[in-house]
Order: sequence, then C-alpha cells, then structure tokens
Amino acid sequence: MHEMTLVAGILEIAEERAREAGAARINTVTVEIGRLAGVELPSLIFCFETARLGTLAAGAELAVRELPGRGRCPACGAEAEIDFYAALCPACDGCLEVVGGRELRVVSLDVD
Amino acid sequence: MCDTCGCNQPPDAVTYRKPGGHDLPHRHGDLEHTHPHEHPHDHAHPHDHDHPHDHEHPHVHPHDHDHGGGRRLNVEQDILRRNDLTAERNRGWFEGRGVLALNLVSSPGSGKTSLLERTIRDLKAEMPLTVIEGDQQTLNDAERIAAAGAPVLQINTGFGCHLDAEMIRRALTELEVPPHGVLLIENVGNLVCPALFDLGEHAKVVIISVTEGDDKPQKYPAMFAAAQLCVINKTDLLPHVDFDVEACKDAARRVNPALAFVELSATRGEGLEGWYGWLRERRARAAR
Ligand SMILES: Nc1nc2c(ncn2[C@@H]2O[C@H](COP(=O)(O)OP(=O)(O)O)[C@@H](O)[C@H]2O)c(=O)[nH]1
Ligand SMILES: [Mg+2]
Ligand SMILES: [Zn+2]
Repeated sequence: MHEMTLVAGILEIAEERAREAGAARINTVTVEIGRLAGVELPSLIFCFETARLGTLAAGAELAVRELPGRGRCPACGAEAEIDFYAALCPACDGCLEVVGGRELRVVSLDVD
Repeated sequence: MCDTCGCNQPPDAVTYRKPGGHDLPHRHGDLEHTHPHEHPHDHAHPHDHDHPHDHEHPHVHPHDHDHGGGRRLNVEQDILRRNDLTAERNRGWFEGRGVLALNLVSSPGSGKTSLLERTIRDLKAEMPLTVIEGDQQTLNDAERIAAAGAPVLQINTGFGCHLDAEMIRRALTELEVPPHGVLLIENVGNLVCPALFDLGEHAKVVIISVTEGDDKPQKYPAMFAAAQLCVINKTDLLPHVDFDVEACKDAARRVNPALAFVELSATRGEGLEGWYGWLRERRARAAR
C-alpha cells in the first residue's frame, strides 16, 4: 500500500521540478531505491503507471535504479554488500550496521 | 496531488474522531492545509559509493516519444521529503513543550491498546498521558482508551496502512497535550509501512507477543531496525507456546544492536515496571 504514497511523492517532486524548469512534459523519471527500503518494485511501477495519468508525467517511464544494501562493521570497519539486515561481518563475525540501501530518491528527469 | 494526508483517497476516507463526539470536519484546501515548499536546487550530491550492482529497470515504451530537444534536469530529492518536513515540524512542537512522543508499532493483536490501557490506569496520576489511536476503521480502541481515563483522538486511515506526519500534525490541532506530558501514538497494526514514515516521535516502540513467531525480527527487519525499544508482550502465555525469548532477542539484536527489551504481560501486569522505568527515563530526558 505505501508504494502509492511513494509514487505520489515522486510525481509531486517531478512536476514541481519540471514546472520550475518550464518543461512541457516529462519523458523519464529516474529514481534510486535502496534494496533495504522495503519497496516492492513491481508494485511501485504499477502504481506509477496508474497515478501518472493527468500529470506532466502522463507519458513518462519510471526508471528505477536499485541500490544494494551496504553494511559496515562497527568493530573492525570492514564493509560488505548485504541484502538483509542481520548480516555478519566477513572479517570478524561482528554484526554489520546498515550504511546504505535505504535510499528513496528522485535523481533526475528527462523532459522536453 | 496530496497523499501525505490521505486525501487522494475518497474525500472522507481519513477521519478524526473523539469518543462520544462528532466527526471533526475534514478541512481541505484551507489554511490548515499548507504544505511547505522547498526549492529544489541542483546540487550535485557526491556519490562516493560505487554501485556495482545497480539494476536499471528500463521500461518498454508502448508509445512514441520525440526525444529531440529533450534535456535532463537534476533533482536529487528524497521521495519522503514532505512527510519528513512535517515530521520535523511535529518534532519541534514536541520539543517546545517538553512532550515525550512515542510511536507504538506492531502486528494487529500484539497488545498495543492493552498496554496503553494498563499504562494509563497505573500512571495517569503521575504524568499526563494523551493518546492518538490509528486504525483503518473503528473507534473501538479510542473508546477503550477513554474508558481507561486518558484524552484520545482516533484517526481512521480508511485504506491507509500507516499513520503519517501530516495526520499527527492535524491531530495535534485537535488534542490538548499538556507540557511535559507523554503522547502515545498507536500506529495501524502493520510491521512494514509504518517503518518508513517518521511522525516526529522521539522513539518507535515495537511490540511483539509470544503468540507470534520468534523470527518476527528476521521477517520485518526494517521495523526492528527503526525501533529503540522492543516490548515482548503476553509473557503469561509462555508456558503454552513455543516462543524462545532469547532467540527472538538475538534475532532483533542482529538487526539493531542498540535495541532495548522489556518482557511483560499487559493484562496480568508482570514486568510492567521495566516499561514504566523506560518511560520515566525517556520522559525526563524529553522534558529537559
Ligand atoms: N494473555 C494475554 N493476552 C493479552 C495480553 N495483552 C493483550 N492481550 C490480548 O490480545 C488481544 C489483542 O490485544 P490489543 O491490545 O487489542 O492488541 P492491538 O491490536 O495491538 O491493539 C486482546 O484480546 C487482549 O486481551 C497479555 O499480556 N496476555
Ligand atoms: Mg489496538
Ligand atoms: Zn568486523
């Protein structure tokens, strides 16, 4: 359900930016979504395709860049890619702290 | 479109009610409804991390695009910025009054309302307690809170699966929250969506009951990572269920090494002192 809320946020940011730049229409909205952010990408894209109607992004595609989860070990400083939260340090068996992968960001727009 | 207050649902989908009272008017488009506008500036965010596994999900275009003359605009904005801005306003509101605000999250039925009822009965003489109840449909929880003796506002989110910062901001205009008191917010029963939405609270308290699986922290890591306190409820049922308290704590600590724990029975009263101690300590900190 919260994917619809995220799409509303994406469209609002995109339209505001496009209007400010005097664009007539938005062709592509590029977003970065961290893999630990808890977002269902198919659901996000489905919601986008519904909600874009009637906006400057009515014909736009949503380009999703998925960012990997990254963890850092508080004990030894080692970093590793993680795809779930409870990851053990590859170097010392400490628990990794999540330092990346929760991103939810509109990166850029391609407009006319 | 404005989704932060749920108004992209049918117009009356989100309602604000007090037990025994009338529905409060759903104000739309008036002064109540200003949304701060930030001006996005094109700053290049240094991307010092490399993304070795970026996956683009390009979409097939069923229609023709004239890309001639197209240009790229930098945006670099957080998708949740509106919620986060409103959450910051709420946080300032709490700080200005020295109010401790807690966001209680759990699956449906873990005992959020029961813990609130008991807490109100035990502590209302000691500290002012005010409650915001979030639920999709009914006024039931607010009635239970009112019967326990605390002022309460019920937010019904309709189809919405979480409370957001704008709902709390709106609720704060309807509720008297005494200075140096505690605002207890019962979120919609859901361990996924509420993790994403900052309400401006001091801390999220995640509640899990022993009738659920002790692997909940692995299944819902985002929520356990976002919480500061984990209440393990219904300990009176431990003799009857297969719930390994230590395994649950270990799983939660792996997600969030700083997480604190309290084990209690909201209905029988065992272990409540641990919860009250945590509450008193956090309230003293917020009131400074
Ligand atoms: N045995 C037992 N039952 C409890 C306890 N706390 C809550 N319950 C029961 O669990 C059910 C759901 O509780 P409720 O507070 O409504 O959960 P909520 O959906 O998280 O608000 C109710 O039937 C409560 O009586 C407890 O500590 N022990
Ligand atoms: Mg409840
Ligand atoms: Zn390590």
